[in-house]
Amino acid sequence: MQQGRFRSRRWFLGFGAAWSAALVACRGKSDPPASAEPRALGAAVSPYGSRSKYEKTARFFNQNTKVPLEEASSRTPLHDTYGIITPSSLHFERHHSGVPEIDPAQHTLVIHGLVDRPLEFSVDELKRLPSVSRIHFLECSGNSGGEWRGGSTESDVQRIHGLTSCSEWTGVPVATLLHECGVHADATWVLAEGADAGKHDRSIPMKKIMGDALVVYGQNGEPLRPEQGYPLRLLLPGWEGNANVKWLRRLKVMNQPAMSREETSKYTDLMPDGTARQFTFDLEAKSIITRPSGGDRLVAGTFCELTGIAWTGRGTIVSVELTTDGGATWEKAHLQTPVLPIAHTRFRFPWKWDGKETIIASRCTDDTGYTQPPLPELIKVRGMNSQYHNNGIQAWKVASDGTITNGNRA
Amino acid sequence: MATAHKGFTLTIVVCAGLWGASARSASLSTQGSGQVPAPTFGIGHTPSPDRLKQIDIDVTPDGAGLLPGSGTAAKGKDVFTRRCETCHGPTGTEGPQETLAGGKGSLATAKPLKTVGSYWPYATTLWDYINRAMPFDHPSTLTADEVYSATAYVLFLNGIVGDQDVLDQTTLPKIQMPNRNGFVSDPRPDVPLKKK
Repeated sequence: MQQGRFRSRRWFLGFGAAWSAALVACRGKSDPPASAEPRALGAAVSPYGSRSKYEKTARFFNQNTKVPLEEASSRTPLHDTYGIITPSSLHFERHHSGVPEIDPAQHTLVIHGLVDRPLEFSVDELKRLPSVSRIHFLECSGNSGGEWRGGSTESDVQRIHGLTSCSEWTGVPVATLLHECGVHADATWVLAEGADAGKHDRSIPMKKIMGDALVVYGQNGEPLRPEQGYPLRLLLPGWEGNANVKWLRRLKVMNQPAMSREETSKYTDLMPDGTARQFTFDLEAKSIITRPSGGDRLVAGTFCELTGIAWTGRGTIVSVELTTDGGATWEKAHLQTPVLPIAHTRFRFPWKWDGKETIIASRCTDDTGYTQPPLPELIKVRGMNSQYHNNGIQAWKVASDGTITNGNRA
Repeated sequence: MATAHKGFTLTIVVCAGLWGASARSASLSTQGSGQVPAPTFGIGHTPSPDRLKQIDIDVTPDGAGLLPGSGTAAKGKDVFTRRCETCHGPTGTEGPQETLAGGKGSLATAKPLKTVGSYWPYATTLWDYINRAMPFDHPSTLTADEVYSATAYVLFLNGIVGDQDVLDQTTLPKIQMPNRNGFVSDPRPDVPLKKK
């Protein structure tokens, strides 16, 4: 692993054999592959690209479960995605009655209720309205939920935290659409409903709807993927994924929440005293080291950059601190630009493991002054049964042989 | 082309207004229905009454949205056996899917059991959810009477109604669910504790 040392400026740029070797170091392998550049002509141009056949990274979902796969979730491979954008094919999924197949020519969005002029928009009509593109993360509030009982036996970042992804979304501000309809003075909530088999629905406060909410038709430069709501979805930046209704068919302006199943019996946070918190919409600041992380094996004395993502539903990440000594000391990580509001923020930290058993972890602070808390602090206040909204610090345990496992239970 | 250019300019101005001041939009909406501003873009059309009727399916706690019809738990046992039991078990507790009954008094314990009886705050939510999303593999195939009866049966399994109690548009919203007052608003940020 001699290549893992600083040798030239190329190393900093992340090109070449040195960089490949550093990545291999994180995986604990050693021999760089022999050069095998093809000499024959390559493939011709093609209408729609796909990745190299050598790349196998995929979403993870548990197939041995009593939960029907139409209402299951699949998780983003955070260890093997880079930068801040999640490829659309790897965006996490959580459905409640399967992915509907919708012909966009047949689909409409109806806005009605407490408005002067109920309106129905075709997908093409929506695309003619003034649109915006914004990069935002989307996280299921059940993400990392398995850790609420004081740490789980799950050992890799995809299985523990893979219900967060980040995309560029393009759509029309809901405020623009409601302005077209003429909202009544007594309107306080908007019910958003999908066209999926179970007609998933959530009530959203008017303030959010008139703020940064979007009706989205684009994801990472192309139409939404079916799994993310094709052809239309609601996007509520920074708010729990479940409220960002996919396959959006209807917005009903109301003066009360509907108290749907998904906002009463589900997505409510049970406290130790038996009460439950309702309408806990925004996602608090959170960060995780994604690489190296659970499942990796370090080699003592070799360089291995620590990298990961941080995000907050309340604004912008201002700092990420890392500990490599079990929390005794914390040092600031480098935040890679762009650092965008309500988006995954990539952090990096140079490191060489000394071969001793330790705990590594990250914690972030956002521009409201809020700092990501240790998981035990959250449990102290919310107990072990709140199920949703775990943004506690993720500890990774490095054993003396270099293997990394979930350190939350340690 | 002149017309198109004019439209483009208008778009820019309106967008800037919307981005710059969500407060402005909010204030516009508070002027009362008689003074709501005219539409800017004139895009979209009025949905037909049939279209609205087809999709306006939600039911609120006051009972608005409930369809005409009625049912009892006695009738609901048959509906449940035919359409629900495979997933929820004969008495709503055997699984393999969601447990519908029991769990009374468990919410503040180490092993809470969140069921319709122990957790759900509104009976209207149960009617709405059965009507829109159940049975899982054939949603929206129950008649209104079957939805009332299945709702009654699940409430009966939780000891909330008797087996002959008739549920309809009038009686269903009046049912007081045991955990009606069990929900609180979001106090976060709670950790780190708020500075006083």
